[in-house]
Amino acid sequence: MQISGAQMVIEALIAEEVEVVFGYPGGAIMNVYDEIYKQRSFQHILTRHEQAAVHAAEGYAKATGKVGVAMITSGPGFTNGVTGLADAYMDSIPLVLISGQVPMSLIGTDAFQEIDAVGISRPCTKHNYLVTDAADLPRILKEAFYIARTGRPGPVHVDIPKDVTAQIAKFDYSKEVELETYKPTTKGNTRQIKKAIDAIAASKRPLLYLGGGIINANAAELVREFSKMTQIPAVETFMARGTLRYDDPLLISMLGMHGSYAANMAMSETDLVIGLGARFDDRVTGKLSEFAKNAQIIHVDIDPASISKLVNAHFPIVGDVKNVLEQMIPLAQEQIDPKRYESWHNTIANFNKLHPLSYKEEGDRLKPQWVVERIGQLLGDGANISTDVGQHQMWTAQFYPFTRPRQWVSSGGLGTMGFGFPAALGVKRADMERVSINITGDGSILMNIQELMTAVEYKLPVINVILNNNFLGMVRQWQTLFYDKRHSSTDLSMQPDFVKLAEAFGGVGYRVNTKEEFDAALKDAVEKNVVAIIDVVVNRFENVLPMVPAGGSLFNMMLEYKEK
Amino acid sequence: MMEQTERRVISVIVMNEASVLSRIAGLFSGRGYNIESLTVAPIPESKYSRITIVTAGSVRVVEQITKQLHKLIPVLKVYEHADLVETEMALVKIPMNESLGDIEALTHAYNGRIVNVGSDTMIVMISDEPMRVNHFLEAIKRFHPKEIVRSGSVALER
Repeated sequence: MQISGAQMVIEALIAEEVEVVFGYPGGAIMNVYDEIYKQRSFQHILTRHEQAAVHAAEGYAKATGKVGVAMITSGPGFTNGVTGLADAYMDSIPLVLISGQVPMSLIGTDAFQEIDAVGISRPCTKHNYLVTDAADLPRILKEAFYIARTGRPGPVHVDIPKDVTAQIAKFDYSKEVELETYKPTTKGNTRQIKKAIDAIAASKRPLLYLGGGIINANAAELVREFSKMTQIPAVETFMARGTLRYDDPLLISMLGMHGSYAANMAMSETDLVIGLGARFDDRVTGKLSEFAKNAQIIHVDIDPASISKLVNAHFPIVGDVKNVLEQMIPLAQEQIDPKRYESWHNTIANFNKLHPLSYKEEGDRLKPQWVVERIGQLLGDGANISTDVGQHQMWTAQFYPFTRPRQWVSSGGLGTMGFGFPAALGVKRADMERVSINITGDGSILMNIQELMTAVEYKLPVINVILNNNFLGMVRQWQTLFYDKRHSSTDLSMQPDFVKLAEAFGGVGYRVNTKEEFDAALKDAVEKNVVAIIDVVVNRFENVLPMVPAGGSLFNMMLEYKEK
Repeated sequence: MMEQTERRVISVIVMNEASVLSRIAGLFSGRGYNIESLTVAPIPESKYSRITIVTAGSVRVVEQITKQLHKLIPVLKVYEHADLVETEMALVKIPMNESLGDIEALTHAYNGRIVNVGSDTMIVMISDEPMRVNHFLEAIKRFHPKEIVRSGSVALER
């Protein structure tokens, strides 16, 4: 079949069973957009900013487990998308970004809307390509999807010069892809697994340390089976929320900088860490030399470079966590006595009793944590939850009653403000049955507010709940705690009328001061089924607690803050 | 606690394709690894190139470098062990008014020769283990070299 490069892009997307592309057109990508116009196989959603297109594709990918696809033009179109690439790279999200480039003959001449796109995307993608011949395009697109979704998933960027999209060549899209230099290990080493099981059976205070790799590998069911069978307690990283149900008696809570006291104490007291798809991030470990000091470490990860990068693993197991668990479960059934850890359970129960995750209701203002809990009570499993970045994000991770994997979509590694709303659009597109909530802050929401238009046009009724404290709250919190209350450039008292703003785009808006108003607003927004902003006035000076100050030890938490 | 830093030679076989060198150089600069020297050339009659990198780092850092190199899609193999035969070349430009015989004798001792003679200067070439190249460059100082260029190491596993 002899077709143009632009047609090849369409054919490849169809062959990959892509159902939606998030994008924004421009000069260099016009040939491809012309072919998008002519086809009916997939939907194209026009976001109102390229960054939002990539975040929406991320949200879609996180909610479905499929490869998200975004399409943008050269130059500023591309550079706007880079934040999304970096975000997807840090959080291992499978993504293919297709960008236009100036024609081959103009590359290197500082042409209009020219930028060295692959030069920029190299450090923030799993792999990238500049296509120089349409004959290479089918192979490159096939490889791009394959690389994005296999091994440790990640974003792949394909940059296509305009003349290449016009060039006619043979389209031969192979079913299989074989890369000589890329063969991810998926099965765990049997001997290492046996040793790890022996270590678990011999341990007295083992702890499952669950990471986002479990969600990527679709291994949450197996984790639930493994923990139930062995009765080993678990802590989750921020990225792993939803692996275990919130009410699972074995789930302690999230660990790390804003983890619970019990989770961090369990990590400090355990004699065997069983790390599954987690990467010992600095926000999790605190001071490395004090992290899980009394423990041996089992580390299961698909990425060999993540093992012993920061914390030395005594039992390194490279492999897909799902496959490794399948190998572990029969051995665990034989060897591990679930009654063995009872006194360890008591220790943890005491930690929980001593300092449970909590907040105090006081004064007239709503507490932000109450809002998060209330959304959970009213919608629970019926909602998918996205967030932006800051205090609201941590409160959501702490207090939302997560019941399943892929319910939780948030920017963990890069910490991208402006991620939440477009990501929630992608989540809604992936799961129209459930309510898509973006819990956000009065700072973050303005970073991609233009997506109200996308939400209205494509009938993607995301409900944005602003925990509005008139502050860039997390930075304000650090300024209060570590900068002697010098609130430099964090006061956001100057604000738009969010209700009118939502209405101006054709959505609905609510300003909420009380619990009753909140319940009514959420109920109404769900019923109206259009994009909404619920602007909730919350206590201005609430802090995210407990907290391990940056560089501190997990067992040395700030549990409360008293005004001096 | 400072970890012991040592010089390491890493030999990498990569697909001979556009931008593979910038992927590797970018990996080193982006992650703060040190490059002492780097050479690259195609492997004859194959679709591969070999890149030889001399770096310095603790055991942990070098292990991380090796793993990160493996992670790059166009990387086929990474050799990182001590048992490599290593050679480097150097060119030195020397004024013609120095003793030709002495220079030739010294150069000869380091597997070298005079490769160019002009009216004012001559150029000598030597090729030897990097440590011996250092010694040579120390010894040649007394002939007042005007310019020196080193090739960086190439290495082959035994």
